[in-house]
Amino acid sequence: MLPKLAKRPTPSRFMVYLSPVLALFLSLLAGIVLFLIMDVSPWTALHAFFIEPISSAYGLSELAVKATPLILIGVALSLGFKAGVWNIGAEGQLIVGGLCGGAVALYFYEQEGFHIIPLMMLAGVFGGMAWAAIVAFLRVKFNANEILTSLMLSYVAGLWLNLMVHGPLKDPEGFNFPESRIFSDSAMLPLLHEDYRLHIGFLLALVIVGLGWILISRTLLGYQIKVSGAAPAAGEHAGFSTARIIWVTLLIGGGVAGLAGMIEVSGPIGQLLPSISPGYGFTAIIVAYVGRLHPVGALFAGLLLALTYLGGETAQIQLNLPVAVTGVFQGLLLFFLLACDVLIHYRLQFKQPALAARGA
Amino acid sequence: MLIKKTLTMLAAMALAVNGGAAAELKVGFVYVGPIGDHGWSYQHDQGRLAVEKELGVETSYVESVAEGADAERVIRQLASSGHDLIFTTSFGYMNPTNKVAKRFKKVKFEHATGYKRAKNVSTYSSRFYEGRAIIGAIAGRMTKSNVVGYIASFPIPEVIRGIDAFTLALRKENPDAIVKVVWVNSWFDPGKESDAAKALIDQGADIITQHTDSPAPLQVAEKRGVYAFGQASDMKAFAPKAQLTSIIDDWSPYYIERVKAVMDGSWESKDTWGGLDTGMVKMAPYGDAVPEDVRKLADSIEKSIVDGSFHPFQGPIKNQKGELVVKEGEILSDEVLVGLDWYVEGVEGSIPK
Repeated sequence: MLPKLAKRPTPSRFMVYLSPVLALFLSLLAGIVLFLIMDVSPWTALHAFFIEPISSAYGLSELAVKATPLILIGVALSLGFKAGVWNIGAEGQLIVGGLCGGAVALYFYEQEGFHIIPLMMLAGVFGGMAWAAIVAFLRVKFNANEILTSLMLSYVAGLWLNLMVHGPLKDPEGFNFPESRIFSDSAMLPLLHEDYRLHIGFLLALVIVGLGWILISRTLLGYQIKVSGAAPAAGEHAGFSTARIIWVTLLIGGGVAGLAGMIEVSGPIGQLLPSISPGYGFTAIIVAYVGRLHPVGALFAGLLLALTYLGGETAQIQLNLPVAVTGVFQGLLLFFLLACDVLIHYRLQFKQPALAARGA
Repeated sequence: MLIKKTLTMLAAMALAVNGGAAAELKVGFVYVGPIGDHGWSYQHDQGRLAVEKELGVETSYVESVAEGADAERVIRQLASSGHDLIFTTSFGYMNPTNKVAKRFKKVKFEHATGYKRAKNVSTYSSRFYEGRAIIGAIAGRMTKSNVVGYIASFPIPEVIRGIDAFTLALRKENPDAIVKVVWVNSWFDPGKESDAAKALIDQGADIITQHTDSPAPLQVAEKRGVYAFGQASDMKAFAPKAQLTSIIDDWSPYYIERVKAVMDGSWESKDTWGGLDTGMVKMAPYGDAVPEDVRKLADSIEKSIVDGSFHPFQGPIKNQKGELVVKEGEILSDEVLVGLDWYVEGVEGSIPK
């Protein structure tokens, strides 16, 4: 007899926040089993995965570099997801932001000046916003599903970036290879310490976490976002404009994702390439959910997801584990999180209701 | 007795010391794809395994490293964890490799397919186009529809060179044949690659060739009953009937040579561009479908490239407009080939800009 799921009247708030921790713990347990099957010492493997990468100042700085775009986009997506606006295309908004920011950097090639980086940031934010605005417009005007439009626009953005680095933004001395020139120093984000790649973008991410938290918990707009997501009808009744919520959350999401793209090209990459993101916009969806759609949660979740990437590399170098282990870990984490969430919101019912038995 | 024992012990110790010295050398590899791609990264990993087997040194690798911000971190991690020689095996690792090399002056770097060198950064690549000249000739003899499909990755000189060398050889054998190109904008994407193969076959191509790394196009060719050429490794297992031959990248001789050079201290920064003559490019055994006269032709082309009596880019060469660009008796120089950005006559469409 299959157990049935019955909705709990009031899920425990405590458990809702405990769920990611529980999921992490369960993934670690599953990881131990996995490593035992692979005939690798679980302790050595987990050490390589989760401790080795952050056991030096350099490792910590790299963790912050990797987590920066994840945190930024994770925070921005949380707002939209809370309002029930499913922006799946942050990847595309990131790419357009990076492209616009990079174009500004190349326009000011070999020029000095403190205005260059702020201009690049503005270009990045507006680029990302413009890309998300297409989604918002289609949704509000034609009721087009934003999941589809935002996702499909991601591929368009990737191709557009490709077009630009193969064409107008190509390095003139680059033997026709699809890369832009390397940005001049004045177009590179200042480093926090000259030995590391850690740049001021990470501080910006922390600021965005703070702003996101204030927005969602201390402002009327934040309240409207929460109500529109939890009870759309109540929101309408209270006079909150659905269209406005859609526009605002998408523009914030696009703007911050665009900023993340600009930070990537102006920070660790330093030029425009055919591909500037290994899927940060998509990973950030996991970040938002592991972070319980809360800005501070996104901060921790971003660091955790970044750690799984770094750990995956260490595990490969030290133990010759395949790269797939990284993906398995991320998958396990998400699987256990969803499983915990289901059990927190629903209860397993083993007894079959008497009525159903007759039918069978 | 005692002396004998001491001697054996000394010998054992000497061996241990020697073995220890070899084991101390660590070589790192960075791959752009998974080692299970059966193409580009797979072949580089075969080279790594050959180094391990031949020289007994310790190696490590990181696979599927994105060409962007991640590459620098991975390369630096290898450099800072005691690796003495690091091979970065994709074009997109050029700037990250050079950035890390600046910081780790004692570590030696080898970057595949790039053009930026430094005191501790060498570059290396293979003249894959020599293999393309051979498969082009085979295709010219074997196509019936006179349409050949070419699945291409990115419009960079390396890929354009392959298309041009293939087309020149194709039309030398069969002046009516044309080449249709589909760009998939990826080195490894089995889904897109097989879609491209299907589209090309639907447009009349009866031979498919590819400059992407997965065996997917060969599987499509096998299913649809057309011929195809393998890429980077012998892909016969995926298409026993369809594969006519394959251009094999063999990095083992180069990797072994360079690791040896580090071991005996003779390593110097240089640029290597090896072809059929160095063993870095090899041809897989012919498929059953290739008739005897075509095999003879292919063999003779291979021989003439190796002994230097023939060059795949020797004139006369016409561009797409039909203008004579390289005169009879002239050969396109390496300098031009490195930045090649135009199609020869016989290729349909234009290069994406």
